[in-house]
Amino acid sequence: MIYLLLATVLAAALWIRKRPHLVLPWQRVAKGSVGMVSLLLLSLFVLVGLLDTLHYRAALPEKSNGQTVYSAEVLSVFDVLAKGIKSRTEKTYSAPLAAYLYAKESMETSDGKILRDYPRLRYGGAHLVDPQREFLGDVLKRTGIGALEGLLIGVLLIAISNMLFHFFIKFRTVWSSTGREISKDNWISTFTRAMKNKPFKALLITTLLIAMLLGITANLAAVYHVLGTDKVGQDVLYLALKSIRTGLVIGTVTTLVMLPFALLLGIAAGYLRGWVDDVIQYIYTVLSSIPSVLLIAAAVLMMQVYIEMHPEWFETSAARADLRLLFLCLILGVTSWTGLCRLLRGETLKLRELEYIQAAQAFGVSSSRILTRHIVPNVMHIVLIAVVMDFSSLVLAEAVLSYVGVGVDPSTMSFGTLINSARLEMGREPMVWWTLAAAFGFMLVLVLAANLFADAVRDAFDPRLNRT
Amino acid sequence: MKFDSSLNQLRPLPGALPESGRGEFILSVDGLVTRLNNGARVVDDISFSLKQGETFALLGESGCGKSMTALSLMRLLPDGIRVASGDIKLGEEDILALPEYAMRKVRGGQMAMIFQEPGLSLNPVMTVGDQIAEVLILHQRLRGKEIHSRCVELLEQVGISDAPRRASEYPFQLSGGMKQRVMIAMAMAGQPKLLIADEPTTALDVTIQAQVLKLLRDTQQETGMALLLITHDLGVVAQMAHQVGVMYAGQIIEQASREQLFARPAHPYTQKLFAALPDAGRSGQPLAAIPGNVPSLGAPLAACRFAPRCDKAWALCHEQVPEWTQLENGQGVRCHLYTSQMGNEKLNLKTSLSPAPSTASGEGAGEEGRGASFLQVENLQVHFPIRKGILQRTVGHVKAVDGVSMNIPEGRTLALVGESGCGKTTVGKALLQLITPTAGSVRFAGQELIGITAGQLRKHRAGMQMIFQDPYASLNPKMRVAEILQEGMDALSIAKNSDERQRRIDELLEQVGLEKASKWRYPHEFSGGQRQRIAIARVLAVNPNLLICDEPTSALDVSVQAQILNLLKSLQQQLRLSYLFISHNLAVVEYLAHEVYVMYLGRIVERGTVEEVLHAPKHPYTQALLSAVPRIDGQGMKTIRLPGETPSPSHPPQGCHFHTRCAQAMAKCREVYPSETIISTTHRVHCYLAAE
Repeated sequence: MIYLLLATVLAAALWIRKRPHLVLPWQRVAKGSVGMVSLLLLSLFVLVGLLDTLHYRAALPEKSNGQTVYSAEVLSVFDVLAKGIKSRTEKTYSAPLAAYLYAKESMETSDGKILRDYPRLRYGGAHLVDPQREFLGDVLKRTGIGALEGLLIGVLLIAISNMLFHFFIKFRTVWSSTGREISKDNWISTFTRAMKNKPFKALLITTLLIAMLLGITANLAAVYHVLGTDKVGQDVLYLALKSIRTGLVIGTVTTLVMLPFALLLGIAAGYLRGWVDDVIQYIYTVLSSIPSVLLIAAAVLMMQVYIEMHPEWFETSAARADLRLLFLCLILGVTSWTGLCRLLRGETLKLRELEYIQAAQAFGVSSSRILTRHIVPNVMHIVLIAVVMDFSSLVLAEAVLSYVGVGVDPSTMSFGTLINSARLEMGREPMVWWTLAAAFGFMLVLVLAANLFADAVRDAFDPRLNRT
Repeated sequence: MKFDSSLNQLRPLPGALPESGRGEFILSVDGLVTRLNNGARVVDDISFSLKQGETFALLGESGCGKSMTALSLMRLLPDGIRVASGDIKLGEEDILALPEYAMRKVRGGQMAMIFQEPGLSLNPVMTVGDQIAEVLILHQRLRGKEIHSRCVELLEQVGISDAPRRASEYPFQLSGGMKQRVMIAMAMAGQPKLLIADEPTTALDVTIQAQVLKLLRDTQQETGMALLLITHDLGVVAQMAHQVGVMYAGQIIEQASREQLFARPAHPYTQKLFAALPDAGRSGQPLAAIPGNVPSLGAPLAACRFAPRCDKAWALCHEQVPEWTQLENGQGVRCHLYTSQMGNEKLNLKTSLSPAPSTASGEGAGEEGRGASFLQVENLQVHFPIRKGILQRTVGHVKAVDGVSMNIPEGRTLALVGESGCGKTTVGKALLQLITPTAGSVRFAGQELIGITAGQLRKHRAGMQMIFQDPYASLNPKMRVAEILQEGMDALSIAKNSDERQRRIDELLEQVGLEKASKWRYPHEFSGGQRQRIAIARVLAVNPNLLICDEPTSALDVSVQAQILNLLKSLQQQLRLSYLFISHNLAVVEYLAHEVYVMYLGRIVERGTVEEVLHAPKHPYTQALLSAVPRIDGQGMKTIRLPGETPSPSHPPQGCHFHTRCAQAMAKCREVYPSETIISTTHRVHCYLAAE
């Protein structure tokens, strides 16, 4: 299904490219630095999410009756890439970049005494002989190396994309052959020319910064737990990265489920009035007066029982968890369209009295055509804003639901389960803060990037803001 | 327009103090420059001064900086706009040097302002009395009972009857004219030395406008305050102003006394403004429209701003900014015509400026188009039910249109005239079946339109189309011009394939005077006049025979209005279109129409040809309506003041609907609605006076 989505996006992009008036607003998006930087961040998140979606099951070495047997554990490409941090599990909590466990344990020293102290971690900082002395130097060294490496890779990446871009332009000038002299400038001058425009500069700086950050993280993560470990010793960084996919799926799929309901019912109610309006209004008034958590909990529990009764449907636990996630999206979608629907109805009520709608009616344009050609484009800005707001709030709603216990499958890693597990440890002394901080940080960046990007898109598409 | 002859016809203003009675200067503005933050000059080097008891009118089209001048005076400029240089002196005080807390005392206390839209300038959740009391407490330091009694006094002063009750009412309970009166009362509450009126009557009907203008004059006479009147209406200027400043693109380009300006406008722009006004004398020929539009704020400053639209411009005008020149008679003007040698020569040649009125051609065009009736409307009724209670039972009807009959022959223009709320727009929409009529018959080209199915109706859609009032609301902002034009063709399957459609679109754009390239642009890239052209092209796309024009020029500036009227007129001649022209602007009607129907509370009270209705009106309402229109030559008839407001159509008065406001009402007017009196073959009127 996610592939279908991707294909749709690609097809839409190609379709738009052919039509110059549709390309124009996107070019405007490309001219804004905020939009481009948030797009870069967003695409990084999407990349992680996609890598995490490419599932496979490893073939086991032994064969039964000549048939390949697959392991019960489903791995994703991302799991393989992050194999290092995935497999290094400690006993329990450890602080970020720690070499010792967060809890005291009784240990037997070499001379037979029982000592109660913080034990060394199995993996984190295991290469250090005397962590207390060497620790700071080692971290700094690795940070430095990581930053340098990241910078190098970043510069290399930029150079390569610049070269590609340069050849692309040359290729185009050759093909278009408008009599223009084939530019003699080499790829350096292409670069300096590109440097002159502002969003490109911003993009460049962001790329370098992100590359450095990634370099540092990769370098440190090789021997430390950068964001610490959770109760069962799993690396929090790994968990947080895995949560991205859940967040993205909940955000997008729920929005997609909700949108047709809200859009169709909202503008139909507003435009057609009469009994249609009455029926739709009653439905959403009733729906929105039931506490949504209750409704969702009931639906999720019913679905859960149903799934449990048919274990034979699922080959792996991952498939079951995914189905549960999808159902959650569906239920969230069905219950959360009322707000947007109400907004759209109000806006449509306003629009239908406008003179261009009446002009269309005077032409005898059919209702469905008026709805799609006149009303939908003019409520699109509301839809876009509402969708992004909802995307953010749905990611948060998932967290709340997981807290109540009706959210995603417990085996699915999500920001909600992460926060839920962190909640219990907030009261602990000394406090375990890193799980919550990690979930908070990742969610913030994700939602903020989405919000900013949507802002940039909306501004670019508003003809009134783009007077030439 | 004959400039010389109209000089002696200006009546002295009733409210004017004699020249000697006017005191010292109340306000003097010197070199005021207001800029946007990006450097564009919104108001550019404006100087004028205002004496006690005097009215100074700032005249200009929209976007020329009139309101910004007023806001600069009040120091109420919006964010991003500031006063860059200049002096504003109110009495002895330098307004621009005052700190904000002292400025608050000045606003309302010494300088008050009334705005264009009375509905938006009153707070809907405060009673009228409370809003006036606010000013009294701040600026008059009144306390307790005094406040209420002063409130009532002020309301009585502005002519609101039953003032003690009105003081405790909320703005929604008042009509538009009353709200504007309340605004004036509020402004007067601080006893200001200077009242700034920013288009005070633009949103009001002519009869109400006449009331408000009279009120302003009377108040000025009583209190001796100075009035800065901002308007685009030459008629209002002729009635109100002592001094006039004509603004164009941020500058005052001409300043003169009213008599001088109306006798001899000096600047080409002012001359054009006069020439662009429609009136009956020129109904046969095109109006002298000013090509193009008011320049945008960012326009270059190196030349005369009017040069691109000026037919007298020569090289110097495009190179150098003209200096302010004082003519011998005290008139000031900013034009090269009066400064350079070349200009003087040109001035002497300008005799052919005013087009000689040729009434013959006007009559000729009028008579030929007497074909068979194209549209026949009989006893059209549109009633909106008033529903109440849980079960939505119908408790009454708003009779928006109550038995209207009309005939429009091919190639003729029928004008429907009346004040707002009389049901004229509803008639237009009911003809198009945008609103379902309650009863009556609409026969279009011999086919009955009422009661047929939507499918059958669609076949006849192409014949009858509508041009709307507001060109900003009538074009979908998300569609490009080509798509807008194509819509009607698609819906009614006019052209066969897309090539043919594109060709037709190019043709249409040319027909309405737009470039072909504009079809790939969005409506917001066009000015108001250009948008109205697009709207006209859109309806022409389906080859209609009848256009219903619903106040198509009321949202446009005078010079642009002339362009659109010329276009409509030439289209009528080319395509033999019939128009149903809905308007409240009698000058436009006089220019364009062949027949006039006057509507009051959903019924036609008088109908006939233009000459009959507008020059020999029989119904007292038509007479009052005509006398209320401010004429630029200041003559007109004796103003007949219509007391009160139009009654609500849900409870029309018993008998003749007009008797509540009619000065000549008799006993039988209050009992039975008068039947039709035939005055001539074309002229009919519903009034007992005419019947006698």
